[in-house]
Amino acid sequence: MSTAEQSLDLADRANARSARLRPAGGPFSRAARTRRKWYEIIGLTTPAVIVYSVFVLVPIGFAVYYSLYRWRGVGSPTEFVGWRNYQLAFEDPIFRDALWNNLIIVVGSLLVQGPIALGVALLLNRRFRGRAFFRLLVFVPYVLAEVTVGIMWRLILMRDGSVDTLLQALGLGSLVQGWLSDLPLIIWTLLFILTWKYVGFAIILFLAGLSNVPGELTEAAAIDGASWWQIQRHITIPLLGPTIRIWMFLSMIGSLQVFDVIWVVAAPSVRSLGAANTMATYMVDNGFFARLWGYGNAVAVILFLISFVAALLFQRFFLRRDIQGALTGRVS
Amino acid sequence: MARSRHVRAAMALMATSILLLTSACNKDEAPSAGELYKNPVELTWWHNASDEGPGKAFWQKVATDFHNLHPTVTIKIEAIETNQLQRTRIPAALLSNDPPDIFQAWGGGEIVDQVKADQLREVTEQTKAEVASIGSAAAIWAVDGKQYGLPFRMGIEGFWYNKKIFADAGITAPPKTMDELKAAVTKLKAANVIPISVGAGDKWPAAHYWYNFALRACSVNALKDATKSLKFDDPCFVKAGSDLKEFIGIQPFQPNFIATVAQQGAGSSAGLVATGKAAMELMGDWNFGVMQNLAGDSWAAMKPNIGWFPFPAITGPGDPKAALGGGDGFACSKKAPAECVEFLKYIASPETQKAYAAVGVGLPVAKGAGDGVSEPVLKSILSATNDASYVQLWLDTAYGSTVGTAMNDGIIAIFAGTGTPQKVVDDMKAAAKK
Repeated sequence: MSTAEQSLDLADRANARSARLRPAGGPFSRAARTRRKWYEIIGLTTPAVIVYSVFVLVPIGFAVYYSLYRWRGVGSPTEFVGWRNYQLAFEDPIFRDALWNNLIIVVGSLLVQGPIALGVALLLNRRFRGRAFFRLLVFVPYVLAEVTVGIMWRLILMRDGSVDTLLQALGLGSLVQGWLSDLPLIIWTLLFILTWKYVGFAIILFLAGLSNVPGELTEAAAIDGASWWQIQRHITIPLLGPTIRIWMFLSMIGSLQVFDVIWVVAAPSVRSLGAANTMATYMVDNGFFARLWGYGNAVAVILFLISFVAALLFQRFFLRRDIQGALTGRVS
Repeated sequence: MARSRHVRAAMALMATSILLLTSACNKDEAPSAGELYKNPVELTWWHNASDEGPGKAFWQKVATDFHNLHPTVTIKIEAIETNQLQRTRIPAALLSNDPPDIFQAWGGGEIVDQVKADQLREVTEQTKAEVASIGSAAAIWAVDGKQYGLPFRMGIEGFWYNKKIFADAGITAPPKTMDELKAAVTKLKAANVIPISVGAGDKWPAAHYWYNFALRACSVNALKDATKSLKFDDPCFVKAGSDLKEFIGIQPFQPNFIATVAQQGAGSSAGLVATGKAAMELMGDWNFGVMQNLAGDSWAAMKPNIGWFPFPAITGPGDPKAALGGGDGFACSKKAPAECVEFLKYIASPETQKAYAAVGVGLPVAKGAGDGVSEPVLKSILSATNDASYVQLWLDTAYGSTVGTAMNDGIIAIFAGTGTPQKVVDDMKAAAKK
């Protein structure tokens, strides 16, 4: 056997082997692969799609449908009124109060919680004795159930409750207020409670973000003679940007939909006076308690649209870099 | 396009799942025809005595006793908290194909709506004897002369007061007129106690003042017409608001009353009376039990001091012997079996009512059942209820939730100083069209 023949023979054998390894038929096999891929996609997503459809998409559709009817929840809706419920909502000064209160909570939460959380996170990011304990402590209010927090603060802030008693004991009796009964004050009391409740979440998020800031950068800056403050200002905080933006997004959506703490802390009277209502409490007060089911659905749709548009705008302008490719595909 | 095909596929999927869901819920149960107690039936019963206690235990016993009398009937009870039951569970269940057979019914505007939607079983013929025994109160569960439910509890409201505080402040007898009430408020203020506590935080306790003023300012006919037509053109409704405004002007209530709740905790309006911090509270017959719970161990010492007097008289076209009140009842849903009506009658029978009265959670409605009431204070309410020439159902219940809520919201605004008597009426009219 010549060397040439030998090498041919080797090539043949190699071909034969690879042919054995390759599934039969080139184009056919690609189709099979694609088909299997689709089975996997369908198999894995179907349960989620069904659950999402039945519990999210379909109810949204129903809400829009019902919102076009004058319907008290007795019998099927028959009296079609078009956009009248939406018009009535925006004409109601109490609903406008609710919108305004939501805005106060959105902006107030960002402006108050943000700086506090950032400061505390930067502090807790330093090494000191008892750090784990303090980290746990700031997170406790967030873990407590909303209703528990609501009842607790209602008891603390009620007339002659612990806050009033404490102020009097300190000789500051003149500072005693109708925390939950002085109409212009209530929304600020609620903002305080919401801050207390949710600032821990921001802190934990920021701490997680801080742990991703590479130590080499801060170390290098320190070697270059940067002070602690300069390091935070020019290295840590800019690198924390994505975390802060995600927190802003979550805080904003949460503030627009806030319900439980308000519902528990604020008495029904001050809610219906517009002093301490939000779109969500307004929806329940009118939908269920005043039994205006069609109208309540219209309010629900308004709340949904406002949250949805706010979310889209925020994603478009603030989160663009952070979620590039993850949610939106390529962003030009 | 690939995109739209997926969307279509998803929609098809959705449609299929909805179909599956609806068909699964779609087994109609035909009302069992034939003779009573022949076939075994199960009655589902929804009531609002959800807290563990004598009320809940009593209904359980009623169900067991009925089953022992008629072994073919088993009763499945679901006890649900009032707000949830009234605002969401019952309306939703009545829209479905599987409503409870017998359930709590508050009468008034709500039952009118339910009858209009053909959701209730008419019981006029079968309950003639019971209605006769109950008297005029049964009309609250009737629409256009046809009976759709029966009450088991009924009472009128008045002022609960502390006799000792009254005596210490130099008030010798419970006020009989509005002027006497105002004089009493002045004396109580001088004695440094809260004259009247009001649970304005819950809205309705404050609104009840307006109702009482309306009861005096409006003739009985004007009230009856308003309930039917939901038009509030009679000037007496504005007058009620002005009278209320004038009364709030003498500042008879506790500080921060706008956010004070009615029944929860020692700081609630009932709690203030139960702990001797306030002298009076305008409230229904149930307040006795509420105060007992709130006072806890100190109730034994407080109980002898607690008295009751009806809302003071005001000169006006209103019937001075008319009173404001309300009650609780049950109704059978449209498709409920005939046994449901029998059970409804059993609940309203004098024997069951007497036993109910003895439990002490409310005043009975059937004739003769009052013998079961032992508390002197409750006895005085019972006799006042029986003496009333006309019992006007709580206006928010009578007018239905929609007008009722608008009315209460408007009244609360008067209490807060932001509303006007005219606006209450305007809002009620607007709500009727909402």
